[in-house]
Amino acid sequence: MNHTVIEIQDLCFSYNGHPVLKDVNLKVEKGDFLAMIGPNGGGKTTLLKLMLGLLVADMGSIQILGIPPAEASYRVGYVPQDVHINKQFPVSALDVVLMGKLKSGKGWSRHSREDRIDAHKAMDMMEMGVYCDRRIGELSGGQLQRVLIARALITEPEILFLDEPTASIDTKGQREFYNLLKELNDTITILVVSHDLMVLSGYVKSVACVNQHLHYHGQAEVTGEMIETMYHCSVEEVCPVELIAHGLPHRVLQVHEDD
Amino acid sequence: MFEALQFEFMQNALIAGVLASVICGTMGTLVVVNRMAFLSGGIAHAAFGGIGLAFFFGWPFMFGTIGFSLLVAMVMAAVTLKAKHRSDTIIGVLWAVGMALGIIFLDLTPGYNIDLMSYLFGSILAVPDSDLWLMFGVGVLIIGTGTYFYNDYLAISYDEEFAQIRGVRVKFLYFLLIGLLAVAIVMIIQVVGLILVIALLTIPPFIAEKYSKSLFKMMLYSSVLSIIFTLMGLWLSYAFNLTSGASIILVAGAGFSIALALERLIARRWI
Repeated sequence: MNHTVIEIQDLCFSYNGHPVLKDVNLKVEKGDFLAMIGPNGGGKTTLLKLMLGLLVADMGSIQILGIPPAEASYRVGYVPQDVHINKQFPVSALDVVLMGKLKSGKGWSRHSREDRIDAHKAMDMMEMGVYCDRRIGELSGGQLQRVLIARALITEPEILFLDEPTASIDTKGQREFYNLLKELNDTITILVVSHDLMVLSGYVKSVACVNQHLHYHGQAEVTGEMIETMYHCSVEEVCPVELIAHGLPHRVLQVHEDD
Repeated sequence: MFEALQFEFMQNALIAGVLASVICGTMGTLVVVNRMAFLSGGIAHAAFGGIGLAFFFGWPFMFGTIGFSLLVAMVMAAVTLKAKHRSDTIIGVLWAVGMALGIIFLDLTPGYNIDLMSYLFGSILAVPDSDLWLMFGVGVLIIGTGTYFYNDYLAISYDEEFAQIRGVRVKFLYFLLIGLLAVAIVMIIQVVGLILVIALLTIPPFIAEKYSKSLFKMMLYSSVLSIIFTLMGLWLSYAFNLTSGASIILVAGAGFSIALALERLIARRWI
């Protein structure tokens, strides 16, 4: 049962000579629900793109499902951060979802009837069934987010990466959304990038704090229901991301001892 | 107008106009949604280098020009893929150097007496049968490739990163797209000339985009719009003895303005 789906060793990445990530080590077990938190520019999205094989590390190694990221990427679902890219693009919501059915090296790229049925199912699951024929430009940010999640789900992923998935969803929608993720987590390993741990707190099993370095707080440390978030981004902080328990001036996550 | 149709050059002009419009509608749609208008202009102008080379070495015009344009296009594709943030500058340089090269080669060609204007502004009234067949072949190639890779191009154009994650051969398809674009541009140069290529590639898709629910419909509407602009321009050029390429572009420009005005009126609910 317990086997590693993501393994990162001594990873370094710099962009135009500026170090973005340094000596990152991470091991994620199957079935985990990991939240990646940290300040803007701390390297969360970069780390995600490295794990998807969209960027290549300067040093160190990444293994996703035991193979290099670029080879494993089609087994990974991905919901990007910016839902507003190409909003003017002439494409219907259903056709966006169907992009999840593209297969590697498949030439004649017609979608089969089964693909279309799956796409409709995924849209229904996201309560977006009635919007299938809408052009994406006519959808709100939250609706578009659901479309992109449906697109990630029909890839039948073994791991699901979500980058700031609730940025365009209101508070009520967020709760429903995380309930859905919790259900999905029964079969899929989930990794969520977020700057807002508060809404996540009842759902995540572990937390990774990313600010150039990565600090992993495993299941034993994260006592879900009580976490509220409040973090400072100054370099002086022992951990750039500080977690405080509800009502008490008490640190829930242990101090990173290796600092 | 109708008595003009009995002339073979006019029949050829009509066929060339329709073929170029379909090529334009298909490739132009991909140019607009992938924001490659500047790159297209670069290829079109650099193609002049190919025209100069073809005359200097006495190669057949079409093959010299297509060959050179393909070469330049592949360099541009590699540059835009590798150094995205500097690609506009490098395209600009290739744009100018290609043109300059063409002019110098024409200077050096002995007994040079070519009508430069016909390449700059097109010569739709002087398209030989052989070029019509070539345009037909290119049209079939472009539509065939577009159909075969339709969903791949849709995914790449909408969200390149996601397409790459799904294992779509993004780099190969990008080079293929720009290669096809180069060939398409050389065909369109026949109709409106290299200076005006960008207009015919971008105006119809720009208008069509707002009213299209899919990339395919955008290609279809663009082709139809392009045929309308080309035929109207051709008629104006015949009726008032004007340069054909420029007439076509002015009609397209008028269509562009009307589309923008309509859109404003609709937005303010005046219509």
